[in-house]
Amino acid sequence: MDPLGVIFGKALVMSVLLLGGFAYLTWLQRRLLARFQHRIGPNRTGWEGLLQPIADAIKMIFKQDVTPTHADKVVFILAPGISVVFALVAFGAIPAGPANSLFGLDPWIVDLDIGLLYVLATTSIGVYGIFLGGWAANSKYSLLGSLRSSAQIISYELGLGLSVLSVIMIAGTLNLREIVEINVWSVSPLLWPGLIVALFAFWISATAEVSNVPFDLPEAEQELVAGYITEYSSLKFALFFMAEYVGMITASAFISTLFLGGWKGPGFVDALIPGMSEWPFVWLFAKIFVLLTIFIWLQASLMRFRYDQLMRFGWVWLFEIALGAALVTGAVIAFVL
Amino acid sequence: MSVLGIAKGMGVTLSHLFKKPVTVQYPEEKVDVQARFRGRHHLLRHPDTGLEKCIGCSLCAAACPAYAIYVEAAENDPHDPTSAGERYASIYEINMLRCIFCGFCEEACPTGAIVLGHEFELADFRYENFVYGKDDMLVGVKGSKWQRREAEREGRDVELGLAPTSRPELEGVDY
Repeated sequence: MDPLGVIFGKALVMSVLLLGGFAYLTWLQRRLLARFQHRIGPNRTGWEGLLQPIADAIKMIFKQDVTPTHADKVVFILAPGISVVFALVAFGAIPAGPANSLFGLDPWIVDLDIGLLYVLATTSIGVYGIFLGGWAANSKYSLLGSLRSSAQIISYELGLGLSVLSVIMIAGTLNLREIVEINVWSVSPLLWPGLIVALFAFWISATAEVSNVPFDLPEAEQELVAGYITEYSSLKFALFFMAEYVGMITASAFISTLFLGGWKGPGFVDALIPGMSEWPFVWLFAKIFVLLTIFIWLQASLMRFRYDQLMRFGWVWLFEIALGAALVTGAVIAFVL
Repeated sequence: MSVLGIAKGMGVTLSHLFKKPVTVQYPEEKVDVQARFRGRHHLLRHPDTGLEKCIGCSLCAAACPAYAIYVEAAENDPHDPTSAGERYASIYEINMLRCIFCGFCEEACPTGAIVLGHEFELADFRYENFVYGKDDMLVGVKGSKWQRREAEREGRDVELGLAPTSRPELEGVDY
């Protein structure tokens, strides 16, 4: 383990990177969504709209900040912070390269033996921010919206947990670095069907977890004014969205680490440039970028689920599919391999 | 919603990614409107004599469903007529905030004096600036009130937000 100062420095760098990543994810999202809809998107502020996130940030900071009467002020202010902090904290256990590849340092903040559990746990704590924010705002709409969000997260948490079971069984470890080094796809082709199903189940659950389209019911602009953020304005409103976008980045990193080989590239690129598949950071960043693009593609294509559809899909379909994938993988490991 | 349906829909959005966007970079890039677009009103003159076509009959005001038009007529001076008829419009005002650009005034006008043109940049700050008088609408006047105000302040020509083309029904309108 690194000395405390090094960990602190890495955490600082990672936070800055993630927050910058969040800012430019909004730019990427707006540009890509626009192109999916035949438009150009933001291109006025700076070259190709690249200063747009800065302009947005300045706007958000200087907007009027309204706190409702009789709101629980402490919780009302803390709630967006909880969301953001736990969205950021989850990234700490995700490995970005082999040991000592970051100027002689390890490219992760902590190398947890229960890294997988840790990421699952911290990403799900974000819903506390949503729920407390909705409760503290002293508004029925917010309360209803936040309750719906909590119910949604619980419905999908099971699918999320069950779909990682395949990976855990194959890798035999909860350490994210070891999972990447083992590379679950290389163990046996017989495991691929279970893994593919698990990948899709996990992806859908993660989409619901970070409330991305088509599972963006917490926002619920049409049905519930704006769900749990009805009473939020200015910077506190932006913080909730920061949590959501950072959550998207974390989810992409997590999917890449568990299912797509993390920082490792596919083997065939070594034929082009020797050692290319082992370039640290590059592959993880590329995978995160591709996954984020697919998230945005989904946003452009799909409609929001209705609440009962969401519940039925979560409990009746996703739960069973993820469970089935785990069973198949377990059976293959137990009886075939 | 089947998986196939989702895949189909995602294919549609993906195909849009590789098409050219249809966005018009409006203030820099100017497009012309359709030929029958109804924008700001023009009050026309007879092209040969230069007399105003409007005879102050108020039929446009009567036809206007939004009560946006106010006309006050006066007798023509026989030696120095303003219009070709017995009377002319001494006051002709259109409140652009009320106007719904339906074109009924055009239809009602017996002399074809009022025509809806192609100018559409009519936004302004004060209520009184939306009331367009004769001076603002008579043929030869280019642009809306704020465009002319701004052009005067900066000492340049009036710039329109559209690429002007000549229209036969706006005879004598000089863009």
